[in-house]
Amino acid sequence: MDRRETIKSLFVTSLAGGLVLQSCAPDKVDSVEVVPADKTNVYGRTPEEAKRDKDLFSEIYFTEHEIETIAVLSDIILPSNDSYGSATDAAVPDFVEFMSKDLPYHQLPLRGGIMWLDSQSNKLYNSEFVKCTHEQQISLVDRIAYPLDAKPEMAAGVKFFSLMRNLTLTGYYTTEMGIKDLGYKGNQPNVWDGVPDDVLKEHNLEYDPEWIPKFVDQSKRDVQAQWDDDGNLIS
Amino acid sequence: MQIKETPKQYDVIIVGSGAGGGMATKILAEAGLKVAVVEAGPYFDPKDPKQKTQLKWPYESPRRGASSVRPFGDFDSAYGGWEIPGEPYTQKPGTQFDWFRSHMLGGRTNHWGRISLRFGPRDFKRKDSDGLGDNWPIGYEDVKPYYDKVDKLIGVFGTKENLPNEPDGFFLPPPKPRLHELYYMKGAKKVGVPVIPARLSMLTKRINEDRGICFYCGQCSRACGVYADFSAGTCLIFPAMKSGGQIDLFVNSVVREVTTDSQGKATGVIYISKEDKKEYALQGKMVVLAASACSSARILLNSKSPVHPQGLGNNSGIVGKYLHDSTGTSRSAFIPGLINRKTYNEDGVGGMHVYTPWWLDNKKLDFPRGYHIEVWGGMGMPSYGFGFNVSEMNKHVGGTVGGYGNKLREDVKKFYGSTMGVSGRGESIALESNYCEIDPNVVDEFGIPVLRFNYQWTDHERLQAKHMHETFESVIDAMGGVALGEKPGEDKDYGLLNPGRIIHEVGTTRMGNDPAKSVVNKFQQLHDANNVFIVDAGPFVSQADKNPTWTILALSWRTSEYIIDELKKQNI
Ligand SMILES: Cc1cc2nc3c(=O)[nH]c(=O)nc-3n(C[C@H](O)[C@H](O)[C@H](O)COP(=O)(O)OP(=O)(O)OC[C@H]3O[C@@H](n4cnc5c(N)ncnc54)[C@H](O)[C@@H]3O)c2cc1C
Ligand code: SF4
Repeated sequence: MDRRETIKSLFVTSLAGGLVLQSCAPDKVDSVEVVPADKTNVYGRTPEEAKRDKDLFSEIYFTEHEIETIAVLSDIILPSNDSYGSATDAAVPDFVEFMSKDLPYHQLPLRGGIMWLDSQSNKLYNSEFVKCTHEQQISLVDRIAYPLDAKPEMAAGVKFFSLMRNLTLTGYYTTEMGIKDLGYKGNQPNVWDGVPDDVLKEHNLEYDPEWIPKFVDQSKRDVQAQWDDDGNLIS
Repeated sequence: MQIKETPKQYDVIIVGSGAGGGMATKILAEAGLKVAVVEAGPYFDPKDPKQKTQLKWPYESPRRGASSVRPFGDFDSAYGGWEIPGEPYTQKPGTQFDWFRSHMLGGRTNHWGRISLRFGPRDFKRKDSDGLGDNWPIGYEDVKPYYDKVDKLIGVFGTKENLPNEPDGFFLPPPKPRLHELYYMKGAKKVGVPVIPARLSMLTKRINEDRGICFYCGQCSRACGVYADFSAGTCLIFPAMKSGGQIDLFVNSVVREVTTDSQGKATGVIYISKEDKKEYALQGKMVVLAASACSSARILLNSKSPVHPQGLGNNSGIVGKYLHDSTGTSRSAFIPGLINRKTYNEDGVGGMHVYTPWWLDNKKLDFPRGYHIEVWGGMGMPSYGFGFNVSEMNKHVGGTVGGYGNKLREDVKKFYGSTMGVSGRGESIALESNYCEIDPNVVDEFGIPVLRFNYQWTDHERLQAKHMHETFESVIDAMGGVALGEKPGEDKDYGLLNPGRIIHEVGTTRMGNDPAKSVVNKFQQLHDANNVFIVDAGPFVSQADKNPTWTILALSWRTSEYIIDELKKQNI
C-alpha cells in the first residue's frame, strides 16, 4: 500500500477511538495536496538535489505505531475548526516523516519522545497513548504542553511536545490551507505602494511629507528612466 | 594524462562569470574582442522552468524550504554554500574562516542581497584618518564615472542625500517603507540614528527593453525571472551575447592554473571539465581573473613556473594576504505594537526599503571604522521554521506560554509579523597576518591543491561589534520593542560572526603602486605579468562599511576600458 494511504487509513482508525470528525463548513478548506514522491523536480532542483529527494522519499523511518502517534498528537495541536482542516488534513505526519530523514537530528528526539509518552500513558492509564480516550490523551498532554508550569519530572515530555508543536505548526502553515488560514497575501505579482492608510492610522504613523516625493510614482513605473547630468530623475 | 588543446586563440579568457567576470565579458565582447568565459558551475537562467524557484510555494518543497541542502533554503538560487562536496578548504589551527562559494553562471550575483552602495571618498583613503592599513592608489574621483555608468546600465534605487561619505548616484525611485520599517525609523530618530531609503539594484522603473520591472515579490534571493534585479548572467552576459558579442561560454569547467611562456606572460588557462574529468588547455592573449577574491588567489598560487616560482603574480609574496571580510552581528526584537496585525501583501522588493548608513565619528569612539545597519522583518511567506516557539512571545505580553488547539492558532496569528531584526555590517582592518594560502597536503576532487585559511579578528572589530549591540538595544527600546535573546558579551566576542560569514571577502590580490607591496597596479593589472588582470574583489585595499559588489562592477568596467585602450596602443 502507498505510504501516504497507510498514514491516512491508520489515522482514520485511530480517530474512531477519540476525536469526532467535524462536519464541513461551506467554505472549509479541509485537505491539501503536497508534493508527491514522483514529482520532486517541480521546484528548480539540480540533478543531485532531485536524487536526494527521491532517495529520502524511498526510505521509511517511523514505524506505523510511531506515525500514528504523531498523527494523533498533531491533531491535538491543531484540530480542525469551522473554517479549516486539521494538521492531518494538512498531511503533517508525512511532513514529519520527511523531515526526520532530511534532518536526521530530529529522529532520536521524536522516537524517544514517543516512547516516553507511551511509558507515561502506560503508567497512568495502562494503555499506549494512541489507544487512550481523547480525555486521557488531553490530560496527559496538559502536563507537557505548558513549559513554565510543567512539573520537573515532565521535562523530557515538555521538550518532545515543543518539538512536535514546532513541526506541526510549520507543517500546517506551509500548506495552501495553512497559508490561507494565516492570511499571508503575497507571493504574487503586486505593485507595492506603501502601508495601507487604515493601518498607518491604527499605528499612529505616517509617511514623512518630505519623503513622499522621493518614492516611486507607480503610475510611471513603465516609463523608461532618464536623468539629467546631476542624477535627477526626469521621467 | 594528456591535456586536450583547443586550436582557437581567444583575445581574452575570463575566469568566472559573477559580478567582476560578467562586467568584463560585456565590456570586452562589445568592444569586439573574442572572449572565452570559463565558469566552474552550470549554465543558469532564472527564467528556465527547470531552474526557476521564484513564485514557488513552500509546499512545493517537501522540506518546506528548509536549509538542509542549500544554506539559505531550498528556494535560494545559490548552487554552493559554506561547504561544497568534493571541494574542501582547510584552516590553520585556532582560526576559522567560513568561505561561501557558489558555482553557476552569474556566480553569487544570482542570490546576493542587491545592496548596491558606492564607496565614499574617505573609504579609499582611510589610512589618512586613522593611520591603519593602507590607502588605495586611486580615489573616489577615479571610480565615480564608472559608478555612474553602472547605475545607468544596471539600475539601483535610492535617494539623493548629500551625505559626505555616501555618494549619491543616478537613482531609480525607492519603494515606500513597510510597517516595521516605519517603526524602526521612529525609534531610530528618537535616539539620533539616521535612516535613509535603501539603495538596492531592483528596477522600480523600466530601464530598458530587455529587462522587466519589479513586481514586488520579495524574492530576489531566488533570482528574478523577469530580470528586474541584477544578476551578472541576466543583465550582463545574456545581453552581451544577444547583441552579437563573440562569446564562447565554457560551463562546468574548473580552471586550475594560468599557463605562462618563458618570459612569464600568460598564454592561457588549463581547466578541468566536470563532465568528463579531463584537462583542457585554452589559448588566450590575455587572462582576466574573476573567480572571486579567494578563488583567484588560489589560481595564481597554483600557477607556478620557472619565471613565477612562488605562483603567478606573487613575486611580492603578497597573494592571499590582507584577506578581510566585513564584520557582522545581529539582534532580533519583538514589537508589541505589531501584534494582531491586519494582513496585506507587504513582500516589497527582496530586501530592506530603508537602512542606516554610518553616522558617527570614529575619532570619538574606541574603534577605528564604521558600520551600517540593515533592517528586516515583516509578514513574510511561511517556510520551514515558521511557528517555532511562537507561543513564547506570550511572556512579553502576559499571555500563556505553550498550549495547543485554538489558543495556538490564535497565537500564530497574533504574533505573525511582530518580530523584526537589525544587522550591523562594518569595516574591519586589512592585516597581512590574515590570509589564505595553498595547503600542501590537500587537493580537491579535481586534484587541485586547496586553500588553507588563517584569520583572526582583533579588538578593533570586537569593540565595533560591542557598539553595534549597544545601538541595537537603544533603537529597539525606542521603538517600544523587546530585544530577544541575550546581548552577547565579551566571552562571545560581542556576537561578532566568524570572518567570512558576511560574504564580503576582499583584499587577497591588493592593488598598489609598489610591486613589492601589492599584486596589481591601479588598473588591476598584475605587476608581474602585464597581460593578466583581476576584476573581482581581490584588489580591494580596504573594504568600506559598505557592501563590495557595486565597486567590483565599477572597477571591472574601468579595467576593461583600460584593456581596450592598452590594446589600441599595442601595449599588451
Ligand atoms: C547571500 C549573499 C548576500 C550578499 N549580499 C550582498 C549585497 O547585498 N551587496 C553586495 O555588494 N554584495 C553582497 N554579497 C556579495 C556578492 O555576492 C559578491 O561580492 C559578488 O558576487 C562577488 O563577485 P565576484 O565576481 O568576485 O565573485 P562571484 O560572484 O562569486 O563569482 C565568481 C565565479 O567564479 C567561478 N569560479 C570560481 N573558481 C573558479 C575556477 N577555478 N574556475 C572557473 N570558475 C571559477 C564561480 O563558480 C563563480 O561563478 C552577497 C553574497 C551572498 C552569498
Ligand atoms: S522583488 Fe522584484 S526584482 Fe526581486 S525577484 Fe521579485 S519581482 Fe524580481
